[in-house]
Amino acid sequence: MKNKVAYYGVFTALALIFSYVETLIPISFGVPGVKLGLANLIIVVAIYKLSGREAAVLSIVRVVLAGFLFGSMFSILYSLAGTLLSLAVMTALKKSGRFSVMGVSMAGGVFHNIGQLIVAMLVVETYQVGYYLPVLLIAGLLTGFVIGIISNEVLKRLTWL
Amino acid sequence: MKKNDMILIAVIVFAAAAIFGWNMFRGQSADAEVEVTVDGTLYGIYDLDKDQKLEINQTNTLTIENHKADMTDANCPDLLCVHQKAVSRNGESIICLPNKVVVTVISKKEAEYDAVTN
Repeated sequence: MKNKVAYYGVFTALALIFSYVETLIPISFGVPGVKLGLANLIIVVAIYKLSGREAAVLSIVRVVLAGFLFGSMFSILYSLAGTLLSLAVMTALKKSGRFSVMGVSMAGGVFHNIGQLIVAMLVVETYQVGYYLPVLLIAGLLTGFVIGIISNEVLKRLTWL
Repeated sequence: MKKNDMILIAVIVFAAAAIFGWNMFRGQSADAEVEVTVDGTLYGIYDLDKDQKLEINQTNTLTIENHKADMTDANCPDLLCVHQKAVSRNGESIICLPNKVVVTVISKKEAEYDAVTN
């Protein structure tokens, strides 16, 4: 792929804009802490159109930048754990070739939440937060489903990349 | 969607249900007791795991059922304690002010916190 730097820039900008848009729209699922994860759409597309390593660079840059712009040091820590775990799982599932974009995206959503919960357990130093795990699993599945549908449509139309 | 995607969904939903069920089961088997005091003095301590019906000084009736303690009857006019929901978690209490009856759940384990942050 030519013009790598330009693509990095465009993808990072898009991911940041999605992070920002998400802070504007209060998409409530009736559960505290659950959000759609629009920026994850960019990461899913990047995994398919670029590569796992490039998607990893994108995620880390996005999390740090979005954290400084809209969040705090703690939100960076939570997001980073979630992003890296979900990215690892998504690249592994994509490489296996046995799952469609939907499956990859749903696994990503679920493991994003698991990664954040692990950090929460370490910070709070209690396993009581484990009570929240079933809720987060289902929430990750649903948001991953929605992101998967959108990613699928985007990938179908991104034939030039 | 591929067949594997469906399997993935099924596995995650099953895992969520299993963890939820395990939490429910574990939450119930806490060895808790209810402490009843009347006018500040200890009236008695009762096992929350044993279903029983208690008459407290012929003024209040406390029913322990399904690991929950509930005030089912009282001779006071307002019946506030009767309308209170059943208690089961450590530290929860039912208070009947006119008869000065206080029912508190005490656990042999450490008190449960919602969350602790550093």
